[in-house]
Amino acid sequence: MKIVGLTGNDAVAEAMRQVDPDVVAAYPITPQTELMERFAEFVSDGIVKTELVLVESEHSAMSACVGASGAGSRVMTATSANGLALMWEMLYIAASCRCPIVMTVVNRALSGPINIHCDHSDSMGARDAGWIHLFSENSQEAYDNTLQAVRIAEHPDVSLPVMVTLDGFIISHTLERVEILEDEQAKKFVGDFSPKYSLLDVQNPVTMGPLDFHDFYFEHKRLQVQGMENARHVVREIGKEYGALSGRDFDYFESYRMEDAELAVVALGSAVGTARGVVDELRDEGKRVGLLKLRVFRPFPRREIVELLRGLKAFAVMDRSNSFGSYGGPVFSEVRSACYGQGLELPIVNYVYGLGGRDTTFEDIRRVYQEIEQMASSGKAPDDIRFLNVRE
Amino acid sequence: MATLKDLASREDLLTGGHRACAGCGMTSIVRQILLVAGKNVVVGCATGCLEVTTTIFPYSAWRVPFIHSAFENVAATVSGIETAYRSLRKQGKIQEDMRFIAFGGDGGTYDIGIQALSGALERGHKMLYVCYDNEAYMNTGNQRSGATPFSAHTSTCPVGSVIKGKQQFNKDLTSIVAAHGVPYVAQANGAFWKDLTTKVEKALSVDGPSFLNVLSPCVLGWKYPTDETVEISKLAVDTCFWPLYEVDEGVYRITHVPPKKKPLGEWTKPQGRFRHFHQPGGEALLARAQAEVDRRWEKLLSISEKPRKPGQ
Repeated sequence: MKIVGLTGNDAVAEAMRQVDPDVVAAYPITPQTELMERFAEFVSDGIVKTELVLVESEHSAMSACVGASGAGSRVMTATSANGLALMWEMLYIAASCRCPIVMTVVNRALSGPINIHCDHSDSMGARDAGWIHLFSENSQEAYDNTLQAVRIAEHPDVSLPVMVTLDGFIISHTLERVEILEDEQAKKFVGDFSPKYSLLDVQNPVTMGPLDFHDFYFEHKRLQVQGMENARHVVREIGKEYGALSGRDFDYFESYRMEDAELAVVALGSAVGTARGVVDELRDEGKRVGLLKLRVFRPFPRREIVELLRGLKAFAVMDRSNSFGSYGGPVFSEVRSACYGQGLELPIVNYVYGLGGRDTTFEDIRRVYQEIEQMASSGKAPDDIRFLNVRE
Repeated sequence: MATLKDLASREDLLTGGHRACAGCGMTSIVRQILLVAGKNVVVGCATGCLEVTTTIFPYSAWRVPFIHSAFENVAATVSGIETAYRSLRKQGKIQEDMRFIAFGGDGGTYDIGIQALSGALERGHKMLYVCYDNEAYMNTGNQRSGATPFSAHTSTCPVGSVIKGKQQFNKDLTSIVAAHGVPYVAQANGAFWKDLTTKVEKALSVDGPSFLNVLSPCVLGWKYPTDETVEISKLAVDTCFWPLYEVDEGVYRITHVPPKKKPLGEWTKPQGRFRHFHQPGGEALLARAQAEVDRRWEKLLSISEKPRKPGQ
């Protein structure tokens, strides 16, 4: 293990260097660009054996990834925002072809208006594409998640693509202390990829991506659902194995000072770091507050999350993206739906925050805890979504 | 160069039993290409007639590895396969010498797929891209494409009482591809088997991207009898609507000069999509189409190596 100072982008590039994938196909987009620039240096200096394909669009990036994965190679890529949106069609196809591609999504607000800063509208919009989604709080987790993602994606019970997200600029461009595994440790953890089928096996020709009508399509989708369900135990097993190796355990989520908490915030991404600080301050003031950091958004750990929220008097769910016209952002919808019928009679409120990179400060999070404290007293949640730190 | 006897003795790598229409030009073109390519080949296919008729799950007509992923991206998909091959071969994980062929229709090539095609050509992947050009979106019922000829009837540019079919000329895709400066580009036609198979051999032997634009008559869209596909194909060449030529390392060479250049009307007359050319009032449209064919043919002659004797 060694300790280095890395930005989020550099941390992921380090993980990719250690994974040393057979193929990377990518297209530059802010704020992902530095990640691929860094990795391209590894390629040009012969530090990795990867064949890097610098395609002419993100749609072609994901298409090339699907082809390369179908050919039995280990494949990685990275993108942000509009790049992810341009891949949309291919995200679904990559998942349905059961391609274990690992992609970093450096979260950025989806146009329009055009904006280069962080929110989660890009990856949250892709939440139904059939990818496993891992969120990262900081550079360390971006590194750790990337290594684990390769194992999760390629697990024979799963065989699905994995998206590792990190907040654009807030994580991607911020230098932090990161613990890096020794190369040999990382390589041993990731292991070799043994695909079940390969297009390059001319002795056993297979047809991939055939036309699939009403008589079989549904069964194939059901199998895809099962792969995602299987990921539940695989994510946990690999999180434990990685914990034994690195000293950092990973699960669906991390609960912070939740033991005797009455009030809590559910959040993901870099805002968790801010919320953690607020929890410490409020605890010092004698408030019984906690924090639930969601790491795995797909598959959504609905049963486990309810058990942690049971016993609270009120909680807030933080969403860094909108779902226009729905009651709450994507995280809220999932969490609140998970609570239905589970005997949780308590106020649950949704805060949409940080769109387009709007800062979310200690004061903002403090206000959230203050408001849910009032909701706990009244026993009532507001009838609508709350927007944090916006001029209305 | 393979002889007909030799080709006929090889295993067909696209089996019968697929669902292509009777008289379809596409499948005979693909079979000829695969006879030359052999078994150490991976095929990628854009969404379209070829994919839809040959891979209805749980059946597949392909005896070689095959992938379809989407409509506009076969060049990108196959570039990924070819890259994986180079990576694994470099690492000693694969030993075979392999070839990669992408098939796309004119919709998937001239129109929605041209960006992915251009990118793959520029990147220099060692792959053959074959456009089977049936001159409209035939898989979905004959909608206009960038390859649809002037004034042809399609379901989205019908011949009406005011507007007579497509108002523009077809895009010269072969020239666009040639402008990328890739090692080998050619136009071919399924009715000229020797010309086609020779071009496939050349295309698969170059160290870099190659491209074949193959005219692929469509019985339903072009509206002609199912047993006239070969004849219609030949007339496209003999009228110089579809010249057979190659661009070999930048040198243009006409590979078949019609013994006598026939009037365009001989090709359009048997086709229902050009029926209005041959009805009262259609002469001017046919004349305009003829003028463009003449212009393109003269231009091709002017930039090509001196043609061999007519008929060769």
